[in-house]
Amino acid sequence: MSNDLEALKSATLDSLAQAADLRAWDAIRVGVLGKSGALTNLLKELGKTAPEERKARGAALNVLKGELQAAIDARQVELDTAALEARLAAEKLDVSLPPQPRAQGLIHPISRTMEEMAAIFGAMGFEVAEGPDIEDDWRNFGALNIPAHHSAREDMDTFYVPNPEGEGRRRVLRTHTSPVQVRTMLTRRPPFRVIVPGRTYRADHDATHSPMFHQCEGLVIGRNITLGHLKGCLIDFLRIFFGVSDLPVRFRSSYFPFTEPSMEVDIGWSRKTGEIGGGTDWLEILGSGMVQPKVLANCGIDPREFQGFAFGMGIERVTMLKHGIPDLRPFYESDLRWLRHYGFNPLSPAMLHEGV
Amino acid sequence: MKFTLSWLRTHLDTSASLTEITDTLTNIGLELEGVANPAEAFQGFQTAYVVEAAQHPNADRLRACKVDTGSGIISVVCGAPNARTGLKVVLGTPGAVVPANGMVLKIGEIRGVKSEGMMCSTRELGLGEDHEGIIELPEDAPIGMAFAEYAGKNDPVIEIAVTPNRGDALSVRGVARDLAAAGIGTLKPLPSPSFQAGFPSPLGWNTEHPTCQWVLGRVVRGVKNGPSPQWLQDRLTSIGLRPINALVDMTNFFTIDLGRPLHVFDADKVQGGVLTFRPGNGETFAGLNGKDITVRAEDCAIADSSGVVSLAGVVGGESTGCDETTTSVFIECAWFNPVAVALSGRYHGVASDARARFERGIDPALMPAALDMATQCVIDLCGGEASEVAAAGAEPAWQRTATLRFARLASFGGLDVPADDAVAALERLGFTVAARDAASVTVNVPSWRNDVAGGTPLEPFPGLSPEQLASVAAGAAEMEPEADLIEEVLRLCPGGLQAVPAMSLPVDGAVPTATLSPAQLRRGLARRVLAAAGMAECVTFSFMPRDVAALFGDAPELLHLANPIAADLDQMRPTAIATLALAAARNQARGIESAALFEIGPVFHSSHEDGQPLRAAGLRVGQPARHWQGAAAPTALDAKADVLAVLAALGVPMEALSITTDAPGFYHPGQSGCVRQGPKNVLASFGALHPRVAAKLDLSGPAVAFEIHLDAIPEPKRKKKSQPDLAAFQPVRRDYAFVVDAGVQADAVLRAARGAERALIAGVALFDVYQGDKLDAGKKSLAIEVVLQPREKTLTDAEIEAVSAKIVAAVAKACGGVLR
Repeated sequence: MSNDLEALKSATLDSLAQAADLRAWDAIRVGVLGKSGALTNLLKELGKTAPEERKARGAALNVLKGELQAAIDARQVELDTAALEARLAAEKLDVSLPPQPRAQGLIHPISRTMEEMAAIFGAMGFEVAEGPDIEDDWRNFGALNIPAHHSAREDMDTFYVPNPEGEGRRRVLRTHTSPVQVRTMLTRRPPFRVIVPGRTYRADHDATHSPMFHQCEGLVIGRNITLGHLKGCLIDFLRIFFGVSDLPVRFRSSYFPFTEPSMEVDIGWSRKTGEIGGGTDWLEILGSGMVQPKVLANCGIDPREFQGFAFGMGIERVTMLKHGIPDLRPFYESDLRWLRHYGFNPLSPAMLHEGV
Repeated sequence: MKFTLSWLRTHLDTSASLTEITDTLTNIGLELEGVANPAEAFQGFQTAYVVEAAQHPNADRLRACKVDTGSGIISVVCGAPNARTGLKVVLGTPGAVVPANGMVLKIGEIRGVKSEGMMCSTRELGLGEDHEGIIELPEDAPIGMAFAEYAGKNDPVIEIAVTPNRGDALSVRGVARDLAAAGIGTLKPLPSPSFQAGFPSPLGWNTEHPTCQWVLGRVVRGVKNGPSPQWLQDRLTSIGLRPINALVDMTNFFTIDLGRPLHVFDADKVQGGVLTFRPGNGETFAGLNGKDITVRAEDCAIADSSGVVSLAGVVGGESTGCDETTTSVFIECAWFNPVAVALSGRYHGVASDARARFERGIDPALMPAALDMATQCVIDLCGGEASEVAAAGAEPAWQRTATLRFARLASFGGLDVPADDAVAALERLGFTVAARDAASVTVNVPSWRNDVAGGTPLEPFPGLSPEQLASVAAGAAEMEPEADLIEEVLRLCPGGLQAVPAMSLPVDGAVPTATLSPAQLRRGLARRVLAAAGMAECVTFSFMPRDVAALFGDAPELLHLANPIAADLDQMRPTAIATLALAAARNQARGIESAALFEIGPVFHSSHEDGQPLRAAGLRVGQPARHWQGAAAPTALDAKADVLAVLAALGVPMEALSITTDAPGFYHPGQSGCVRQGPKNVLASFGALHPRVAAKLDLSGPAVAFEIHLDAIPEPKRKKKSQPDLAAFQPVRRDYAFVVDAGVQADAVLRAARGAERALIAGVALFDVYQGDKLDAGKKSLAIEVVLQPREKTLTDAEIEAVSAKIVAAVAKACGGVLR
């Protein structure tokens, strides 16, 4: 290679090495390979070269062009990489910084339990029925075979609001969800199966009683519904609800004015550990019975034609048992600390195929 | 209801264990409340014999005793003055706990003499007040016997809960009868009295009140009243009753033993020879409960010639009561109307053992025998001579029959009980067979079971037609007594209700249809939308302080509780925003400044069914916690966003909604609105809380709220969705800024622009609001972006200009807007 080419090569390689940024690099590229760059000019002058030298010089120029092009390209990659590195370094974020909080909402445990009840009883063919919180005393008491002199009607148990002008029936805050049984029987022709989750009120306020609480009523009326179905239905529910497939369930005789025979229902648990289904103790969990013939009759259903069963359970009570919640009162206090602790994710509603 | 095992055994011949008895009680509906054995308190105490009591070598007042425990001689130091050689004593051994003071006995040394036990006084054992010396047992007392056994204290006290229908089980005999019927032993016969009536009763009855249908009485003269014998005192104290004197203790005994309340008058204190049951007339007498009772016309008073002396079935009077000086007693044995006694007792606030039994109904047929047994008891306890019976009224008709079709045991009760077993169970309860064939049995109901086939009246729905009513009443009359009998059979058959096989409910198909109504589904969806928006669901009370309710609108008298449980829970809430605000204030008082709460529940506008809608309410309050990137405080528009999120989720067509500024008065008047669908239908309200309301509730920081009228939201149409609009051409975006009066609603500008050319305009969005120096006072600038969606071909400049002109004209016409 002739001296001038050697000189161009080394000068170009030197300046490339010194080029600190893409602008300097580009100047070098243009100065060598551009339209009037040093190498371009040498190529243009090749024609003036003596014919005997032309071939050798042409070959040398082509080799040099290839070398310089490769050096320039390589330097571009180097500079690009360095520039990106610098940018990345400059863009460094302290990823330990707290992000904007995304508010986490939640579902109250009472709503959750109601959803679970709807899901489980729904699978057994129940619908959800409802009625107003302020009822008349016929629907709350009289229709349910609780006569006027019954102690349950005393002021000490029942909240009353004044009677509207010209109305004979006393208006009460319903003491149970059973008035909705009456509403259902008056508006639907059997057979039907309904549950009634809802608010109920009794004038009682201490550590284990709240003046407002929630019940879930159930009513099944048909032609061939027996006490055996009552037992099966409640056992099926309790085992799924508590997630204990062999949960012991005990039925023992009791009395409610609106059912006959009436039964208290107990589940097996351990008083010591609170474990549902474990231990040898019994825990009263709900009341049930075959619908009293007079209740059917009061609601216009001939007890010779239709019969069925009813039950009622405290929603707070089963919620407390299922989730190990020790106290009743915080259910209604709306203390955010409690709600965050016991609340449920709204995006994970109760669904049987996910397990309740 | 409390009784002891030994008391039960006076009526029940049984070898069953205590556990068998208590388990059976629970299964047959006499639920066990608890068992306590007083013997447990005397563990470690035994009878012993003082072999030698010598003066303590180092203490004047102490004696060093050698005591025979039955299993060896031990040394005991004793300070009692009566500790002496040859005495039979009660000895506490090491480890025993002294009932009176909880002290644990240990082996010790007292002034150099070993003491390996303690000889006890009556007071130390909790058996009385005597502390003069140690108990001196009779000479024939065995040595080395557990004291509880020796003293008959090994007698468990059983407490059961008796349901209101079972008046008969409020007696030891009634419980024994049920146990016998359930296969636990046999019921012993009642004793027959042996006295002879010697003279006509000097006192008589007269009943002029419907409450007292039948009354019997008998005078026993020449009685000597005083403390009862020990057995009777023990019976009463074992269940927590206080012995008073023999005559009174006798009545209390019969109340518990037979469920037969009696009253004893001091015959010498009754004026005029006749006791009359009659309506009260405002008279006042001193009751045996230490209170003055003023009787009303509704009450059944008992009067002698001096005036009212007693309130029938509820409480007796001081003036004719029996005390130590009584020598002639008049025993009252009556049947009172249960409801009347209940109402009287409730009115006067007297909860006596007698009332509890009268109001559940007592056994009318037992009255003559009960009076005889009571008379015999008085003679046994106090001596004397009995008169003949004085009576008034007549035995109430209690005789009833009930019929059971055997097939119904399976088709109603779910258990195929053999007919013979069913009849046997009823007979064990005292029912007798009146008629029987292959398919059914008709039984006579025993006099003590007023709950079976009681025939209380229907309270039918007033809207039933006469034919319907006749038919259902006939149905109830037939089916109720049968259900009563089925209950008895299932309760008492072997295995009880546990024997009924559980059957899963048959279902119509493998997959159930929808459980929830559309309205219920909507509520559930609203709940999840609000919770997903970061709000915590609350359940607050439906009632609240009336003065706070008034801040949120009306607090009508018709929604003011007649008997609130607390002064601050006396008014039904007009909106759940009110109770959520109270909840937020409580959270702030606990240091949780920022809260986002919601509730879906009833609110109360009237006590009628349609005045109690279910609504979703929400509240966002407080400065949010500071954040290095900044944290936005909630504004009225956040509440609006919550509302719109719910409405959109519920399928409300959003473009059809309008906002009006007539929200309720508890909102900030300038920062609140109603969301309407059409001119009338209000779907929601939202806004900042009125500062005055927030201040009254001690809410700090911003407070915004909303209420969604879920019941006002129309059900979305269930038709199939139309094809989506997926135009192939690029949309064109153009910006416009309009200057309008400051009072013009942004919504009006957006609507006008959107409506200017419906075919082309696919969207309008507000991206800037400016008010300030660069504009005239009272003006503001609203900058909007309009999206034009060509469908057939790309728009030309001329076409875009034409739409622009329409937009400008429409905004000018609707709101007086001028292009800036």
